[in-house]
Amino acid sequence: MYGYNGKYLRINLKTKEIKVETLDLEVANKFIGGRGLGTKFMMDEVDPKVDALSPENKLMVVTGALTGTPTPTGGRYMVVTKSPLTGTIASSNSGGFFGAELKSAGYDMIIFEDQSEEPVYLNIVDDQVELKSAETLWGKLVGETTDILQEAHGEKTRVLTIGPGGENLSLIASIMNDKDRAAGRSGVGAVMGSKNLKAIVVKGSQKVGIKDEEALKAVFKESIKKIRENGVTGQGLPTYGTAVLVNIINENGVYPYRNFQAAQDENADDISGESMRDKFLVKNTACYRCPIACGRWCKVDDVEMAGPEYETLWAFGSDCGINDLKEVIKANHWCNELGLDTISTGTTLAAAMELRQLDLVKAEEIEGEPLEFGNAQSIVEWTKKLAYREGFGDKLAVGSYRLADMYGRPDLSMSVKKQELPAYDPRGIQGQGLQYATSNRGGCHVRGYLISPEILGLPEKLDRLSLEGKALWAKIFQDLTASIDSLGLCLFTSFALGADDYAKLLNAVAGTEHTAESILEAGDRVWNIEKMFNLEAGIDPSEDKLPKRLLEEGIPDGPSKGWVTKLDQLLPEYYALRGWSAEGIPTDEKLESLGLQVASLGLN
Amino acid sequence: MKVEIRLFATFREGRGKTVVLEQNEPTPRSLLRDIGVSEEDVAILLINGRDGDFDQTLKSGDYISVFPPVGGG
Repeated sequence: MYGYNGKYLRINLKTKEIKVETLDLEVANKFIGGRGLGTKFMMDEVDPKVDALSPENKLMVVTGALTGTPTPTGGRYMVVTKSPLTGTIASSNSGGFFGAELKSAGYDMIIFEDQSEEPVYLNIVDDQVELKSAETLWGKLVGETTDILQEAHGEKTRVLTIGPGGENLSLIASIMNDKDRAAGRSGVGAVMGSKNLKAIVVKGSQKVGIKDEEALKAVFKESIKKIRENGVTGQGLPTYGTAVLVNIINENGVYPYRNFQAAQDENADDISGESMRDKFLVKNTACYRCPIACGRWCKVDDVEMAGPEYETLWAFGSDCGINDLKEVIKANHWCNELGLDTISTGTTLAAAMELRQLDLVKAEEIEGEPLEFGNAQSIVEWTKKLAYREGFGDKLAVGSYRLADMYGRPDLSMSVKKQELPAYDPRGIQGQGLQYATSNRGGCHVRGYLISPEILGLPEKLDRLSLEGKALWAKIFQDLTASIDSLGLCLFTSFALGADDYAKLLNAVAGTEHTAESILEAGDRVWNIEKMFNLEAGIDPSEDKLPKRLLEEGIPDGPSKGWVTKLDQLLPEYYALRGWSAEGIPTDEKLESLGLQVASLGLN
Repeated sequence: MKVEIRLFATFREGRGKTVVLEQNEPTPRSLLRDIGVSEEDVAILLINGRDGDFDQTLKSGDYISVFPPVGGG
């Protein structure tokens, strides 16, 4: 067996039955693994119309074909389920060490079914798999839960867990592993909470089979060289982390400020990667087999903790009108401890602040630190109240769309398909706007990171305000990303590697005969099956849109002044390139060309 | 004519966050030469927040922003 273990766990949380099932390698190859494989299983086994927090939804923890292998960054896994936030497919990716450990325990994935009546956790030591009581763990923070489980099962075990956010079914709850790595988005933590599943503990001792060790050594050497010699992966990310983006996005005037009311923050440098490095950075951290090491380890008031990523700095910082880096680092830490998505949490606070600005939310509703733009003291307090659903925190716990809708202004939620947008104003980055609108999991930057060509100039520099060619760039980036997420590698490798490199890595490991074209085709297949899941779930194609503000209100000032996203001019070309109807629905011909049999998708 | 150079990431080392230079008919090329930043090290050059060229003649009140290779997400 090469690349894959060829087997996976199926855990019924109600009956407590644990089964080891055989993975059909033909299916695995077709969808590569991770995101693709998980979505294929969701499509086959779960009615897309189910309530995401009901027993009928399933939670899948899926490794990639290269997870746990000696490939650069080969340690990632995906959580695939139906999202309670968006109603779409959810596939949230995480690094750290958990994914590789699961693979080395002998399993390609775990499928959780139904719901347990009492809190449980799953303990895996190779072929010893058991569900255990989590009564004493329920309610505990992520760090303490991890410590207790490692004390009980060995310090070298790897722990994935939810915090109070997931337990309390916050629709923006994350799943955490290795304490501070997050399968962050789309509320996957709430699905785990709804199943009364607190944690997964894993220890493995097996090596993943490699088809051609010599070929792998050669392609490993070649890809490591590319990663080290690339300016971004070899220098920029190791030195400053993702936080280095604060200044560049701000200088371009596409850095959302105060819930996208403006696109530049004159105080952005206070919360930049440069400032974090000067004032708080202790060291870099790296995930499994990662030569980049973009992770930040910070010290605040003599306490060491994981540092925030770019998106988080922005969400709790400039999007809330805040430039107090210390408080932003603390808010990030509390999201990790409580198991909350940092992007959606920060931006939901920003939406609440705009509702306060307009006096739609009254001052008396806010018991505690005023939720007002610029109030740095509010973010940690309200992050905690959100997780515990205390007072107004109960309204925050469902994310910005439902919050703003409660006050009659859903348009003030800067979200797509009810998931909050990250830290790039698409009015001044046209391709990114198209990417946001068409993302299969709603507002998201890592479904096709067009910031790379439109701002950073990789692999080539595009005019960020031009529409020309952007639909094709969006499609290619989306397809390639879907494949990278299915391989179990980090998206950051794509600053240095291309589809042909990924094909070579996969071929050496799994003995496949992939080419750059077939890697992109596999991504196209994953993209289409995700879209079909969403359509079956009842997500209308007209949901491929952006908040009204971004389509109708020009950026008020700065280098991108006056621009809106010209989505209506980009969508028709994009749908045509995808082989979809003008309404944005995959045609039968397109699905058949990808080997996605219409009947097998349950669409008839 | 005075032009502001905004520096980021490693370009700040030994130079600070901003440098204001006075030159006749300045271009990004002439400005960067004066502060010892090699063009090959510049991954992104913005003039007034928009993509710029090294040999573009700058006007009074213009500013340039220069970055080494950076990325993230």
